Amino acid sequence: MAGKGAVNGVAKNEITVKNALKYGDGATKCSAIIFGAGNIAKLQVIKGLIYLALEIAFVVYMVTKGFGFLGDFFTLGTSTGDKVFNEAKQVYEYTQGDNSMLCLLYGLVTIFVILAVYALWRSSLKSAYQAQLLTENKKYVPTFVDDIRALFDQNIHKTLLALPITCVILFTILPLVFMISMAFTNFDRDHQPPGQLFDWVGFKNFAEIFNSGSSLAYAFWHILGWTLIWAVFATVLNFVLGMILAMVINRRDTKAKSFWRFIFVLSIAIPQFVSLLVMRTMLQPEGAINVLLKNMGFIQTGLPFWTDATWARVTVIVVNLWIGIPYTMLQTTGILKNIPAELYEAARIDGANAVTIFVKITMPYMLFVMTPYLITSFIGNINNFNVIYLLTAGAPAAMEYHNGTAGKTDLLVTWLYKLTIDLKDYNYGAVIGILVFIISATFSLIAYRNTGSYKNEEEFQ
Amino acid sequence: MMENQNELAGLPQNEMSAKRKATNTVVHVILGILAVIWVFPIFWVIMTSFRAGKGSYSTTFFPDALTISNYTTLFTDTAIFNFPRWFGNTFIVAIFSCVLSTFYLVSIAFTMSRLRFKGRQTLLNIALILGMFPGFMSMIAVYYIIKGFGLTEGPLKMVALVLLYSGGSGILNFYVAKGFFDTIPKALDEAAFIDGATKWQVFTRITLPLSKPIVVYTILTSFMAPWIDFIMAKVIIGSDAKYYTVAIGLWNMLQKENIYQWYTRFAAGAVLVSIPISILFVIMQRYYTDGMSGAVKG
Repeated sequence: MAGKGAVNGVAKNEITVKNALKYGDGATKCSAIIFGAGNIAKLQVIKGLIYLALEIAFVVYMVTKGFGFLGDFFTLGTSTGDKVFNEAKQVYEYTQGDNSMLCLLYGLVTIFVILAVYALWRSSLKSAYQAQLLTENKKYVPTFVDDIRALFDQNIHKTLLALPITCVILFTILPLVFMISMAFTNFDRDHQPPGQLFDWVGFKNFAEIFNSGSSLAYAFWHILGWTLIWAVFATVLNFVLGMILAMVINRRDTKAKSFWRFIFVLSIAIPQFVSLLVMRTMLQPEGAINVLLKNMGFIQTGLPFWTDATWARVTVIVVNLWIGIPYTMLQTTGILKNIPAELYEAARIDGANAVTIFVKITMPYMLFVMTPYLITSFIGNINNFNVIYLLTAGAPAAMEYHNGTAGKTDLLVTWLYKLTIDLKDYNYGAVIGILVFIISATFSLIAYRNTGSYKNEEEFQ
Repeated sequence: MMENQNELAGLPQNEMSAKRKATNTVVHVILGILAVIWVFPIFWVIMTSFRAGKGSYSTTFFPDALTISNYTTLFTDTAIFNFPRWFGNTFIVAIFSCVLSTFYLVSIAFTMSRLRFKGRQTLLNIALILGMFPGFMSMIAVYYIIKGFGLTEGPLKMVALVLLYSGGSGILNFYVAKGFFDTIPKALDEAAFIDGATKWQVFTRITLPLSKPIVVYTILTSFMAPWIDFIMAKVIIGSDAKYYTVAIGLWNMLQKENIYQWYTRFAAGAVLVSIPISILFVIMQRYYTDGMSGAVKG
């Protein structure tokens, strides 16, 4: 009997929403409807009033705006705006129609507000129940000043995270949800608010991208193919060549190590928009490189760096080496130094030459340590907007890619950018964004599952 | 040590050293050629910035005449492209967003690394997932939300940029700083708690002073972001030349309609922006390396 009572006591002492509703006294249960009632009853007046004020603000918002926004969220607007003849003034007047985009946005904001108030409701109940338990057990009930003080001690995580999390919700999560929901609408260039309405279409856009007959699908699969080729080449070549460069500079017999390092770091120290734009002009048909080659008599006509599809693709990969190799060099220098010297010692005693040592010792070690880095940089390259957009902006154009909306060097992300920013086909842009996310997430999951730092984070503490 | 190895390889002393000398020469020559390739575009843009004439196309590789007028007109001829103003805009945005984002990043990294609380793992996982969405995907949505706040009118655009550079997707890059905080021994915090310190005191008096390298690294990266980024700025600022940052301004100089008039001045502007940014980058690299080697050495 005693044992059972203790178990009940423990269960009852746990501060959860369920317990608050089950074991709470009148005031605590009342907090479920009037936020903060429990706190006020237990003399935590200021805290209680804050809860109450927030609840009143929410109710006022919902009654004046919120329910309307929620309704519009489902219809996405019904009237396109009309012209009405004004008898008194003898002119046509335009009435403002619904703006589908704003309906969508405000609807989402309202849903976010409701979720926040749900969290507030839970917190109000828990707080009331905690105050009740403390009073029942004749313990000290913290005052408002105590609560503030706790925000700098045991609750400091709430203080420090409040602003950053607000920012993440406003500038990352809300826009993402907004954009993802566009993937399920027909918000394209023919349905542009204000003036035109768009509507929910379900999975129609996804179906179109996966329907092999459509020009959109043709463009998607070809661009996806090139994106993957690009990402593989950019990642592997940068990794191997950058590592070799780091090893060459770090050799015992190489003179002026820091000078060489400085030269290569210089090229990434310069803002990319400068170095890439300079490269772009240098490689124009009449640019510096062609002029130089012509003057030296190697060629008669300029090389088609940006005008021929294959040339352009190879050129972007090569130019990317110019940026990527120094990065890898910086990343690998430290790790290369960590390879146990005994391994090399032993290999030399066995008479291994430089190539064998590289293939049998350095590569396996580096691959072991740097696999997560490699996968991250692979994903980075799938999303490598800067290099492509600044160098070629996708050119040369390809009419067969969804009516020329993309070019031969466009990656999925640059195509996404063009579709949304330039062409206003938000629905297709959103679908592509979601697909890129799925690709990146798959690779990231593999990467993070396999890293030591994910598996045992506490190891070094 | 050296002699040992040579004996082991079974080669006489002088033959080995001759071979080593040859390898060394080859290595240095290759490094030299690579260095030329790597420095070439930089050299080219500096040379162009001193070239007389305006356009990008020149029939000779080396300039016929040198001048500094590209630099001076950049500051005097401000009717179409107001370079000093862009520089000022970028500087103001950089200062404010640097302060805010350093505060955000250090707070998040400290909380996630040093504190254990309910929901911590969930937050880490959410950050991880959010980081996998392509950044450009929601850019237009961000624009409409900023517009909803009324921050797309006039000088408020710069406030919007500050908010986005500090609170935008960059906020999810707290893993470097978190990794650094992870290396500070827990025993330090525990000793302070026994002495009666609050968590706030541990944060400000123990963790932060020990974290100078990573704090400086964070300050530098967030200060540099507005100088380097041009996509976010382009979406937010649009075509309002008054509020251009240097990146959009210089990019515009290279658009088809301007390139014949502005190419050499673009080069001058690019040099002027690149010098401070490169210096900051090199300093930042040093702090990054320090940061990676851990907080408490020995």
